[in-house]
Amino acid sequence: MAAVESYPDDLRYHEAHDWARIEGGEAVLGITWFAADSLGELVHFEPPAAGSTVTKDEPYGEVESVKAVSDVIAPLTGEVLEVNQKVVDAPETVNEDPYGEGWLVRIRMADATEVDALLDVAAYQSVLASQ
Amino acid sequence: MAQTLLQTPLHGRHVELGARMVPFAGWEMPVQYEGVIPEHRAVRSDAGVFDVSHMGEIEIEGPQATALLQGLLSNDLEKIAPGEAQYTLLTNERGGIVDDLIVYRLGPCRYLLVVNASNRDADFRWLKEREIRGSEVSDVSDEYALLAVQGPHAIEKLGLARAKAFTFAEQTIDGIETMVGRTGYTGEDGCEVLCMAEDAVALWDAVLARGIVPCGLGARDTLRLEVCYPLHGNDIGPDTDAISAGLGWTCALDKEFTGVDVLRRIKSAGPGRKLVAFVMEDRAIARHGMPIDGGGEVTSGTHSPTLDVGIGMGYVPSAQARAGTELSIDVRGKSRRARVVTKPIYKREG
Repeated sequence: MAAVESYPDDLRYHEAHDWARIEGGEAVLGITWFAADSLGELVHFEPPAAGSTVTKDEPYGEVESVKAVSDVIAPLTGEVLEVNQKVVDAPETVNEDPYGEGWLVRIRMADATEVDALLDVAAYQSVLASQ
Repeated sequence: MAQTLLQTPLHGRHVELGARMVPFAGWEMPVQYEGVIPEHRAVRSDAGVFDVSHMGEIEIEGPQATALLQGLLSNDLEKIAPGEAQYTLLTNERGGIVDDLIVYRLGPCRYLLVVNASNRDADFRWLKEREIRGSEVSDVSDEYALLAVQGPHAIEKLGLARAKAFTFAEQTIDGIETMVGRTGYTGEDGCEVLCMAEDAVALWDAVLARGIVPCGLGARDTLRLEVCYPLHGNDIGPDTDAISAGLGWTCALDKEFTGVDVLRRIKSAGPGRKLVAFVMEDRAIARHGMPIDGGGEVTSGTHSPTLDVGIGMGYVPSAQARAGTELSIDVRGKSRRARVVTKPIYKREG
């Protein structure tokens, strides 16, 4: 079952509909409910390689539904420590639980000050409202 | 350029159901209601209904109607009697496909063509320009609505008697007069139901009340691709011929019709390329327009909800067209393996 619309207030957001959960010097990244819902049921996640570098504002992977493919934009720069294999095996996990089981990658941040430029939940919701 | 999209008589119903509406061939159409995958599964396991009222209907009438159409359509109309329908192609002088369509023989001298929405105007012009004395071509699309009711339980849920594929008859469904054709675009049992535009809402409501699931164009595309029905504009078009597309069975090469000489030559020489079906071996989804190593190109690609794997069709050089051949497809810069399979990719049991 697809999750109901929500935007947790403990996350930071990127206007390309990505979120980051900051955990010390690391960050867990994913796509927002809005992104998942816009695409529809995900059927493929093309992940970056573990050990590769993702760059803020650049695509680091792709998510696909039956009808469409979309780049996933990195909200932060860093090294990929882990890819969520559960999403690779069962991409619909992102629709079911976008902020929990449906996370995409864990990174080690290269520059923690980049976090300051991310949106808080109120700012992200005003991005959504303007679309 | 912004253009006003056309709406079917069921537009309000789609919006009320919470459908995601998208532009398609100049129409605002539902791509999905609950989701492509559940809708796809409903059709494979039970019954679903699609509003396909955007499709065009062209009527040809008169003592010379058969003569006119025999010269313009690839299949042989002498094979069907009144009450029967046929899948056929409208061809051009190069042997290309102006459109693929279903022709219903309404009477000895009266035919209804159900054509792709995107080609409605082109088809009508093509036919009208070639009209001969004793034949009258009319675009009657706006008079009708069309619902496709598809799935193993479709006929039973509509309360209809069994009938042979590619036959049609007048039927009353919950008090609404319709013409029911045993045709479809999903590979399942089912029918396509034509009614007057003003009866569309009542028919739609009656079909839904019978427990048939509303389905959008998203599921229509995944369903047709699993069974390898070509989509005009993707897999076939004015620059592709029926022989290379594997549609030689729709071409009566022993009669005279537009482009038949070209098709005879391709048939006897053997086509240089063929439209094949493939299943992805690597985890990836090929899409329309992606290059295939060796000079081929993907014409349709999606994720198969039934098989849970990437599938598609594309043109490849004939040497690569044999089932079992490994293909390498360029998926946004990454080389992904696929294997040619025998059509259809999915076949229902029984």
